[in-house]
Amino acid sequence: MTAEAPAAGHAAPADRFHTIVTTVENKPGVLARVASLFARRGFNIESLAVAPTADERFSRITFTVDVASSSLEQVVKQLDKLINVVEISELSPAESVERELMLVTVAVEAAGGRRHGLLELIDDFRAYVLDEDQSQMMLSLAARPARLDEFEERLRAFGIVQLQRTGRVALPSLGS
Amino acid sequence: MEMNGGQALVKALECEGTEVVFGLPGGAILPVYDPIIESPVRHILVRHEQGAGHMAEGYAHATGRPGVVMITSGPGATNVVTALCDAYMDSVPLVCITGQVPYAAIGTDAFQECDTTGITMAVTKHNFLVTEAQDIPRIVHEAFHIATTGRPGPVLVDIPKDIVDPRNPRSAMTWYEPTDDIMELPGYRPATAGDPQLVRAAAELICKAERPVLYAGGGILKARAAAELLALAELIDVPVVTTLMARGCFPDSHELCLGMPGMHGNYTAVTAMQRSDLLIALGARFDDRVTGRLDGFAPDAKVIHVDIDAAELGKVRVPDVAIRGDCKLVIAELVEAVRACGGAEAQPDRRAWRSTISGWQERYPLVYEQSEPGELLKPQYVLEVLRDSTPDDTIVTSGVGQHQMWASQYWRFDHPYTWINSGGLGTMGFSVPAAIGAKVGMPDRMVWAVDGDGCFQMTAQELVTASMERIPIKVALFNNAYLGMVRQWQEMFYEERYSEVYLSYEIPDYVKWAEAMGCVALRVESPEEVAPAIAKANEIDDRPVVLEFRSSAGENVFPMVPAGQSNSDIVVDPSQR
Repeated sequence: MTAEAPAAGHAAPADRFHTIVTTVENKPGVLARVASLFARRGFNIESLAVAPTADERFSRITFTVDVASSSLEQVVKQLDKLINVVEISELSPAESVERELMLVTVAVEAAGGRRHGLLELIDDFRAYVLDEDQSQMMLSLAARPARLDEFEERLRAFGIVQLQRTGRVALPSLGS
Repeated sequence: MEMNGGQALVKALECEGTEVVFGLPGGAILPVYDPIIESPVRHILVRHEQGAGHMAEGYAHATGRPGVVMITSGPGATNVVTALCDAYMDSVPLVCITGQVPYAAIGTDAFQECDTTGITMAVTKHNFLVTEAQDIPRIVHEAFHIATTGRPGPVLVDIPKDIVDPRNPRSAMTWYEPTDDIMELPGYRPATAGDPQLVRAAAELICKAERPVLYAGGGILKARAAAELLALAELIDVPVVTTLMARGCFPDSHELCLGMPGMHGNYTAVTAMQRSDLLIALGARFDDRVTGRLDGFAPDAKVIHVDIDAAELGKVRVPDVAIRGDCKLVIAELVEAVRACGGAEAQPDRRAWRSTISGWQERYPLVYEQSEPGELLKPQYVLEVLRDSTPDDTIVTSGVGQHQMWASQYWRFDHPYTWINSGGLGTMGFSVPAAIGAKVGMPDRMVWAVDGDGCFQMTAQELVTASMERIPIKVALFNNAYLGMVRQWQEMFYEERYSEVYLSYEIPDYVKWAEAMGCVALRVESPEEVAPAIAKANEIDDRPVVLEFRSSAGENVFPMVPAGQSNSDIVVDPSQR
């Protein structure tokens, strides 16, 4: 199981990754049950985000799983067997809105004369500056995962010191 | 009514209809053992927690009611893991209560603490860690509900000591009736009836098939659907194979019964599946021991797959019609749907298929050679004599290995719930404790444990339990001085290089050992002694009996589909090649 998204440029074929959204009971150990199921059945979690829903009895876990489409059905059916899993849906990118948050610290000094270019990039992507000192700047960006990939790639030129992504969350698009 | 958590736990078990608990006390579960003294629930004190688990399984297999285990924390819990996994693989309804260190001590590496729910997560249908005494009746009810509905399985309830100890204020609770409407299981919706449209599609496939086979799995027994299966098979006049987990769900003496398929199934059952154009899989899961090499399995067959567990549908073989539902309901629906399509009259002419099948039955029956004078016993012969010397509703349990395969092959199972073995996990040592549990649940039935010498040495101490509790099971112990099935594989696939499989005929002395455990024991060495020894064993009804059959070490189980090969490459007995 890996928490980080694949580096841009190494994106796998689109059908390898599926977003599964599960509503689970908000109880201790539920995440462990889900993670243990994935490990035991040999499914690979690409990213995972978990937090309570508006109804505090339930949490939502959003997975991106790396599967051939033939075993996606198995992933869903096996998840459905977990007693604490209340609802499962698979979201296709075409019919859902996906977002992911990235925090990234960039070396400003190394950017040197290109500091202006960095500020332009921040502006272009509508990222925020959360913190800065003489030598570094911490940025945040919430956007589609592909947009984060692109931002990350562009930042490389300036020198990435630390980077953390949350894994994607998703909801069905309205009217889909 | 005010009470403490320990009293509430025992009362909750009583409310679920528990008549017997298999267990062994220890530090963390001590407070629950105190109210056990006053309870009408029978407690059977085992000698090892694994034995408690297998006894509960034997009880559940034989009666259809959930088996209940109660043990302590730490090593008590880890000792039952094998039995939980066994029950999980074979879908056996169990409720296992484990003691746990006080709630506040969890995570401190306290004495006899282990992460029981973490360890058992992968081998239970569900487990609970109870944190408040007030939750006990509800969670126990949920545990029984989950264990016994849908695809049955083991459920573990871990109980910290403080919430059951009357000396601790955290154990105070107010009793309430555990009813279905107090359950909090929003994510649990077991399947029931099948989708009528799919059932119709299945009926249409059946009415077109020229070479159909009914592939009956353990789910038929779990769903208590033997009568429905018989009705369907007779209506469409289609032969039935019964898997290792399903032996007895369709009578072996019925003319449509082809017996057991799979790695050591009989030639006709294996080959009929292989050549069929329609497999009607009912409560079966296309186990690798049944299919052999998957890409060579039943290549021309369309598949109808009925299972209560949606995850089984398409897991191994992609079905043409997949019906999620309870076998009892779906088969009854199928019978109606076939009738609506014209019933028996609408079936194609299958005389050619029937005659091909009876040709295989004539050419490849199960065979063995009787031993020459002075040679040790043939296990197949002993099993035939045992079969013919016992009532036909005798319950037979088995361990795992050659003796298990011979028992399944040579017994004639004409009643459901008369064959109890460890199929999925293949747990050596299952036989003796499972027989004890079966006898406790069905005290009026004769119960024979068929066992091998390797298996017997793993759990024989439970015969002490049987003697002390006056549970008169009978053990047919096949002593061939080897881990026989492993020896057979080394002979066939490792150029007869025998590695660590020899056990010895003489050590231990099984007769002395059995006698030391309070059993009557006899050693049987020649064919003419077999029937009299069994007759003597059948007369003893006040204590366990062990018959040690000295068996020939070189005997192999045939037919055999070598692991990883296609069922078309089935190896028959040398005399039939």
